[in-house]
Amino acid sequence: MQSEKKSGLSLKTLFRSALDAMLIPFLAILTAVVLGGIIIAIVRGNPFLAYYGLIDGSFGSAKALSETAVWATPYIFGGLAVALAFKGGLFNIGAEGQLALGATVSALIGYALPGWLGVEIPTIIHLPLAIIVGMAAGAIWAAIVGFLKAYTGGHEVINTIMMNYIALNTISFLLNGPMKDPDPNNVIARTPLIADGARIPTIFEGLRVHWGFIFALLVAYLVWWVLNKTTLGFEIRTVGMNPDAAKYAGINVKRTIILTMALSGMLAGLAGTIEVTGLNYRHELGFSIGYGFDAIAIALLGKSHPLGVVLAAILFAAMRNGATRMQFLTQMPVDLISMLQALILLFVAADAIIRYIYRIKAQGERVVLTRGWGG
Amino acid sequence: MDWKRFGFILLIIVVLFGIVVLIGRTESTPIIIITSMMATTIAVATPLTLGALSGVFCERSGVVNIGIEGMMLSSAFFGWLTAIYMYHVFGFGQGISIFVGLLGAIVTGMLMALLLAVLSVTYKVDQIIGGTVINILAVGLTGFLNRQMFFGQGSVFGGEIPNSPGTLLNVHVPLSEVLNPICGASADCVEIVRALNTVLDQRPIAISAIVLVFVAHYILFNTRWGLRTRAVGEHPKAADTVGINVVKMRYANVIIGGALAGLAGAYFTIESVPSFEPLLTNGRGFISLAAMIFGNWTPIGAWTAALVFGASQALNIKLQLFREVIPPQWAFLQQSYVVGLIPYILTMIILTGIIGRTTPPAADGQPYEK
Repeated sequence: MQSEKKSGLSLKTLFRSALDAMLIPFLAILTAVVLGGIIIAIVRGNPFLAYYGLIDGSFGSAKALSETAVWATPYIFGGLAVALAFKGGLFNIGAEGQLALGATVSALIGYALPGWLGVEIPTIIHLPLAIIVGMAAGAIWAAIVGFLKAYTGGHEVINTIMMNYIALNTISFLLNGPMKDPDPNNVIARTPLIADGARIPTIFEGLRVHWGFIFALLVAYLVWWVLNKTTLGFEIRTVGMNPDAAKYAGINVKRTIILTMALSGMLAGLAGTIEVTGLNYRHELGFSIGYGFDAIAIALLGKSHPLGVVLAAILFAAMRNGATRMQFLTQMPVDLISMLQALILLFVAADAIIRYIYRIKAQGERVVLTRGWGG
Repeated sequence: MDWKRFGFILLIIVVLFGIVVLIGRTESTPIIIITSMMATTIAVATPLTLGALSGVFCERSGVVNIGIEGMMLSSAFFGWLTAIYMYHVFGFGQGISIFVGLLGAIVTGMLMALLLAVLSVTYKVDQIIGGTVINILAVGLTGFLNRQMFFGQGSVFGGEIPNSPGTLLNVHVPLSEVLNPICGASADCVEIVRALNTVLDQRPIAISAIVLVFVAHYILFNTRWGLRTRAVGEHPKAADTVGINVVKMRYANVIIGGALAGLAGAYFTIESVPSFEPLLTNGRGFISLAAMIFGNWTPIGAWTAALVFGASQALNIKLQLFREVIPPQWAFLQQSYVVGLIPYILTMIILTGIIGRTTPPAADGQPYEK
């Protein structure tokens, strides 16, 4: 972000700018943790024990680390989805719906395709197919909103939210009806298990962490590369910074908006797909609730930078994962985490408050998303 | 509101009502079905109307408020919690507890709005991010306290959620008392009057929502306050030049908006049902926003749009009621996902501008920099 403006780019300045960029999120987290500790103390808990539980439960053992990585995987994809849209000046609140849709569709490919074709499909074909179809579903779902934004001006914030409800209602119908696990003992709205050929293998024997986590890190690098090293990325960022200027520079703004939404939805769809193929091996109604807002928080905390998103995703994953241990040690409800995350987000969004508390001077660049409602 | 949009609204409402009359024709007379549908529509449109009014006040002064959902959710929770505390812990009577709960909800909405104002007016945070912060904070706060207050260590309620003191009661409009003597012996006439009475006998928040629509209209377009609010939302620099305090006006209007969203939240737990569950607002804050946009940032327009959404929700409720008599070719409508999708799809159609373009206040969403 900042490094681009400087001409003589040495390793030192790069390091320096990375530190600068991380300062505000770090202080925001610190402030939220202190405030959270005060809240825990008010409700008669022991904040030190609670935070110890959080850290121990998320990083304290091989199993804890594995579970943190498991939690982080969809968070990385989801955070990247929102961050990419942010770069293009779009606010994708619909990651939740795109994610659920991707999960549903890839589950369908995962369990039903062998039956339709009447043959066992080898992993090398089945798994990529399930993933690609899930990505496509997310991409198309989001591209509809991009299309409406580009050609009618319908604001993406409300439209993605509406698409969320439409997706969740439809999925609820599918999982209770045509796609419901036919096992007579099953009372839950969920699909049957996907075929072995559509599953992502785990990395270590006995731990749940799977190759999807490594894949997520690769995709994060890929997103960074696309945004910063390709023409498409340049167009996305230019449209995000100033659509009018982009238009005069000869960029097809409408096409870029649709593409940005599609890519964003694709990443969100990927989050759902990887959860199905790598972890749950089926789609169950409701597993995705809350991922959309978490993804927004992660993108904001990561300052929309892929590396920042990865770090923020791991932090959020660690909190979610450590929450059970915290609850066990202190009887603090797991929901405390949601509040902590909201506080972190509050301070990241309102960095002026953090700057005021810690007396840090303001620096350029601010996100601008609100440009009227269209319609 | 122009004829095109008004015609659209009328058409949708006629279609929705028509479906119910057709389906229920073996069960009841059209007049009874229509009036009971109207009664339900007005009741379920209440939070949407109030939410949309909240949006109108915020955005007319130039602050985009997508935090209505979060404001509603937190007010619904804290209003309900206040009522329970008043009733069970402090031992007040039922009526007073409910009333204080109502006030608690409104104050909660105002506090959340204050936070939005601090973020977006003072700290000039992007307003959509500010609203998102409110929404996420509301989910976290209500989820945490809902568990902690009732099931946490040392909870006064000792691990169970006590009964709330109840809900606000229907206000009886003495229409039948006045009109029945005029009807005389005509049984049909008495029947019609009784049917009309079911429409008018609403609960207090539903009635106040309708009153507030017209109050808001009057304030915005016929008072000095309204003129200043609109000036600040259209051209803050000009307003500032003639001596209007932009920051103060924005703060005040956002907090008024918060009070209205708080009342909308109270509808859920103080008026509709005496209980709370996490995420109970279920997107109605966002639908309110769509109603506001469709109503072109006017109170009356927003209200009519809210009625459309209310009618589609009412249709859903009535379909469940007529479950037994529904003809097989209509049975698919009963799946709540079919009719349940109407508000969402309608919202998206409205936003495309096919049914008339809308114009937001010119400075909507822009922080004011002197």
